[in-house]
Amino acid sequence: MAEATRSEPSSDRRGFFRGMVRGMALLAGGATLGLLATRAQAARTVWQIDPHKCTMCGRCAVECVLMPSAVKCVHSHGMCGYCELCTGFFEPDAPNLHEGAENQLCPTGAIERTLIEEPYYEYRIKENQCIGCAKCVAGCAAFGNGSMYLQIRHDRCVDCNDCAIARACPTQAIRRVPADQPYLLKQVNEP
Amino acid sequence: MKSAIGHWFGWGLGAAFWIGLPVPTGAMQRFPPPQFETDHALPVTTTPPPDGPWRDVLDVAVLAGALGLAAWLVLVRRSRRGVLALVVFSLIYFGFWRGGCVCPIGAIQNVTAALADPGHALPLVVAAFFLLPLLATIMFGRVYCAGVCPLGAIQDVVVIKPLRVPMWLEHALGMLAYVYLGAAVLFAATGSAWIICEYDPFVGLFRMSGTTFMLGLGAVFLLAGMFFARPYCRWLCPYGVLMSWIAPGAVWQPRIDPVGCIQCQLCRDGCPINAIDVPDVPSPAGSGGTGGPMLPGPEAGLRAGPGVGPGVGPGAHRRDRRRMAVLLIAAPMVISIGALLGHGLTPALTRMNERVRLADRLLAEDMGWVEGHTDATAAFRSRGDSRTELATETKRITSIYAWGGPLLGGFIGLVLAAKLIQQARRRRSDEFVIHQPRCVACARCLALCPHHPGNEARLVELTREKEPL
Repeated sequence: MAEATRSEPSSDRRGFFRGMVRGMALLAGGATLGLLATRAQAARTVWQIDPHKCTMCGRCAVECVLMPSAVKCVHSHGMCGYCELCTGFFEPDAPNLHEGAENQLCPTGAIERTLIEEPYYEYRIKENQCIGCAKCVAGCAAFGNGSMYLQIRHDRCVDCNDCAIARACPTQAIRRVPADQPYLLKQVNEP
Repeated sequence: MKSAIGHWFGWGLGAAFWIGLPVPTGAMQRFPPPQFETDHALPVTTTPPPDGPWRDVLDVAVLAGALGLAAWLVLVRRSRRGVLALVVFSLIYFGFWRGGCVCPIGAIQNVTAALADPGHALPLVVAAFFLLPLLATIMFGRVYCAGVCPLGAIQDVVVIKPLRVPMWLEHALGMLAYVYLGAAVLFAATGSAWIICEYDPFVGLFRMSGTTFMLGLGAVFLLAGMFFARPYCRWLCPYGVLMSWIAPGAVWQPRIDPVGCIQCQLCRDGCPINAIDVPDVPSPAGSGGTGGPMLPGPEAGLRAGPGVGPGVGPGAHRRDRRRMAVLLIAAPMVISIGALLGHGLTPALTRMNERVRLADRLLAEDMGWVEGHTDATAAFRSRGDSRTELATETKRITSIYAWGGPLLGGFIGLVLAAKLIQQARRRRSDEFVIHQPRCVACARCLALCPHHPGNEARLVELTREKEPL
């Protein structure tokens, strides 16, 4: 530390200058600190999509810094009508109403359709295949109950300071929410 | 199957007029959820939680620890090897593991937004990331840059053949950082864009995922960084600007051993970022056996401005004074021109804001100036959002830009003027000294100095070389 602490041999002027810079910096720092103290908050926040503002434009799939996106479709099964003909699952002009790939709306086949009992079918999202394109969301919202919708999955989201999807979202549907309530589900899970 | 289709079409036709309308909160259930005869349990919507608060605590603790370690390595150990080890650690921890986010550079925007808009939440961890490195700078100089910043780290490890940039170019490019800082603050204060994050060249590499543009930008910076060390730190980093303001006031500063300087220039040649000031007055006799600085000659031209070796004399002194007077008089003019330019650019700057763009677009569509609609305007119309609210919001944003634009221009003018005046100042030094505002404390020069422990052989060799003179 000896070399580091030794003041410059030259001048009082430089010392004075340094003292002034230090004083000003401390003053500015103190002022900022004071201001920030009133503004800073301990509550942590994370990004989330408000499903009621979402227009299913499909940007979530491509704008996220992650590939594939941290946005996935979630399904509130309690809201689902279990329709045999699900407009979130089938292409609008599907040749047949079975699980054949040519009939499916989902480009990655990420929705699993299972017969529960006539005429009710369950639709589960296979999250590892979902890319967050919102095609099913749009189909479900147009003719169904709107039980499928997009959410940012926090096991994937890297919590960017400036969310790239939020920046691209045409309706500002993505905002920061308290980290202890990290999802904006349309229907709260039943126990 | 047939009945199902009929069922669907019935609903479909009935529901057709609903298209485009938003679904109200769970209220609208076109199809009632079934009552199963079997005891089928509904699947639960999973909600994987984000990382807990421990992550923030850990990040801040590692940041504080790394800052302390960097200070110790630079100021006490003066060890380049130690700093390099810390660089690798920070690259892995803050870079690849934590994805380079949040960082103090980006935190400038959080702080600005929080100061400009009381409704904007500033998490404590972000405030800590913003303040701790500044605090370290006021104590120890820019040790954050040295071994903690992941952006600095990734650039530091790719420096293979640093080329010397002429000082005039160094100063000129250094202006970019001020423009970047000013613009980032203005855009963050108006909630328009967070350009520091948007154009962060390395965050895509840290996440090993990103748009082509992001990854390409990173690759360009790394390639350039092989020959022009730390291009982002030197010429763009907005946080570096803040640190360069306070680094000269640091309590303990990285310093080349001033005792027994033999003017070997190893430190200066070893500094990849032009952060060593060259002596411009003859060194006092006996400081190492040489009678005067070895520099005047081609080296002299490297220092921009007057006051270089041969120019020392009464005539030169008068010339310098005249130049200084001209610059001092010109300064207010430069600032005014900057403010005027900023004023002229205000409409373009204002359009960086999304709400303003939306309002403009809506107007253009209403007036029939443009065909069709965008997703934003379509959603705005279909939701029946309030026009008056949008108008109030745009008015507020525009009014901030109205003085923010000229202020940004004036700020850049002020920096330019200050830089010119600084260059015109005669700096009297007979030593090689570290230029604190620019130095990122990488400790290369410290380790190169012949007085550095372990370099004794080199000291003897260099001293012998000079003796015949």
